[in-house]
Amino acid sequence: MQSLSPGSPDNTHARRPRWLGWLLLAPMLAWLLLFVVVPMGILFVYSFCQRDDLGRVVFSFTWENYERVFTPIYLAILWRSVLFAALTTALCVGIGYPVAWYIARQTETMRNRLLLLVMIPFWTSFLIRTYAWITILKGEGLLNSLLLSSGAIVKPLELLYTPFAVVIGLVYAYLPFMILPIYGSAEKLDNAIVEAAHDLGAGPVRVFSEVVIPLTRPGIAAGILLVFVPAIGMFAISDLMGGAKVPMIGNVIQNQFFTARNWPFGAALGIVFTLLFVIAYTLVQRRQKRRANVPQA
Amino acid sequence: MSSDPAMIEISGVTKRFGGFTAVDNVSLEVRAGEFLTLLGPSGCGKTTLLRMIAGFETPEAGAILLGGEDVTYLAPYRRNVNQVFQSYALFPHLTVRDNIAFGLRMQKCPDAEIAKQVADAVSLVSLEGFENRMPNELSGGQRQRVALARALAPKPKVLLLDEPLSALDAKLRASMQIELKRLQRQLGMTFVFVTHDQEEALTMSDRIAVMNKGRVEQFGTSDEIYHQPKTAFVAEFIGEANLLTAEMVSHNGTTGCVRLEGGLELTIALEKWPAGSKSALVSIRPEKVHISRHPIEAEIIFSARVMEELFQGALDRLWLECDAGTQLMVLEANESSLMEAIHEGDRVYCGLHADDIVVVRTE
Repeated sequence: MQSLSPGSPDNTHARRPRWLGWLLLAPMLAWLLLFVVVPMGILFVYSFCQRDDLGRVVFSFTWENYERVFTPIYLAILWRSVLFAALTTALCVGIGYPVAWYIARQTETMRNRLLLLVMIPFWTSFLIRTYAWITILKGEGLLNSLLLSSGAIVKPLELLYTPFAVVIGLVYAYLPFMILPIYGSAEKLDNAIVEAAHDLGAGPVRVFSEVVIPLTRPGIAAGILLVFVPAIGMFAISDLMGGAKVPMIGNVIQNQFFTARNWPFGAALGIVFTLLFVIAYTLVQRRQKRRANVPQA
Repeated sequence: MSSDPAMIEISGVTKRFGGFTAVDNVSLEVRAGEFLTLLGPSGCGKTTLLRMIAGFETPEAGAILLGGEDVTYLAPYRRNVNQVFQSYALFPHLTVRDNIAFGLRMQKCPDAEIAKQVADAVSLVSLEGFENRMPNELSGGQRQRVALARALAPKPKVLLLDEPLSALDAKLRASMQIELKRLQRQLGMTFVFVTHDQEEALTMSDRIAVMNKGRVEQFGTSDEIYHQPKTAFVAEFIGEANLLTAEMVSHNGTTGCVRLEGGLELTIALEKWPAGSKSALVSIRPEKVHISRHPIEAEIIFSARVMEELFQGALDRLWLECDAGTQLMVLEANESSLMEAIHEGDRVYCGLHADDIVVVRTE
């Protein structure tokens, strides 16, 4: 997770004057303040407010919104979102790791070509790519016609607008975010280290579990964060491919703001959701740090 | 099979990468307990040969036997050989202790046994007190020792060393050469050492296989390789040599008179001369030519003039032109007093042993 945590101890630019550093950071800090900190503050305030019949925010303090968040119906949706995101992340690791490893072991020209293939989908709009999946998965879509004409099935499978479709959509959308960081650490792994492990009597399985996995762990951790965090809040894919039949926490929040016009409740959902991330991230960080500290102890 | 089978038997091994033949029909035998060096310039195939012994590469033709057992196609983790890598290839996520214990752990040794073997290996390379360090907390020399201890701990039949000293500075390198040689004698283990440094090879090896373009040019003891080079490549790659074309002028059945390029005529034993050929290449080591300002006695005597002189501390490097016209480079120990010292333009007497004129093959 080195890549995500700023301020490594060996700061090679420590001799530069302080103000220069702040000057360099200023645009980003301004951006974060305006578009992250301030909106979060507004959300925080809203989450304790009430609304009137027209959906306007009324500034009178209440715990009501938070009480509603922790009712079974919303907890169930939150739990489902976590499960879907976890399943998506697991599938991305399972599919992405071998791909990343394979790419990292190629010659340089081949590596660049394969990486290009991984990134090409980004050149197309996310929505168009998702619609493409719809034409593949729908009742008279590509996959069903293929299966029908090959005689594997007799009537079209119901693929679209199922949890299955949502997971496919999520995995498809986030796979590159898993492959790239894992590739990053796999590519840095000196092949001689793998050979040394083989040389000392480790078969393929032990080389993988004792050497390759530990040495690519930073990439895996980064990939997990990059996939799990956005996947849990994603609403467009569950809307388009789940047909609103499998609402995720992202859909609920979006609904509160745009359809139900209950901003205070939407804000409370958002705040709880964000806090969950902060807690989860802190736990993961601490685990990482402990792991990193163990050998020196 | 003989009573003392070779530890490693390489027969007719060939390895190609695309259109490039890295190792070309090489056969070698390494005796048990021997320090063997594969010596050659980069790209000569020495590392590829080592990697085939380790199991990282598979030959297209030929066989590799280890202790009498055919291991040509055996996976590296099933071979009882360990390698010290040029880059050391230590496991960066493991402590010195865990690095050294890795091989033993893979062999499923009991913990108590591992602890004992690791302690032995640590003391063998004098790394006591560093067991809990991580590789990135060690100096280059210390990493080198960890790599060595890690490869030795599982007690392999053969230790392979791929230019292990090339990353060390000259002083450390010289002391590690002696230490490695001592270690090898003490353990009685078979070492196969790869280097491009001829001095290193001469210092450490029991036998040297000089490789060039995928082939073994010559295989013999350090002495043989140095004093009796068989090919022009060996003569030039190991130490320094005056390589001169020579023509047979006349012979009497046992000795022959040859004329070196430039005109100097010498008498050599006819058995050394390639039968039936009129000309050949001869090698004369620069330190074998003795020179003096006074007449000297030797099997072959001639006189010359010093064209150029280069003071090199313990040695003087002199370029001579013989009266007959042949040019020679000689190295002379700087032992003579100032009065006797030889300088540019001086006339000198030269003496040479007939055995020190070596006929080499060209190819």
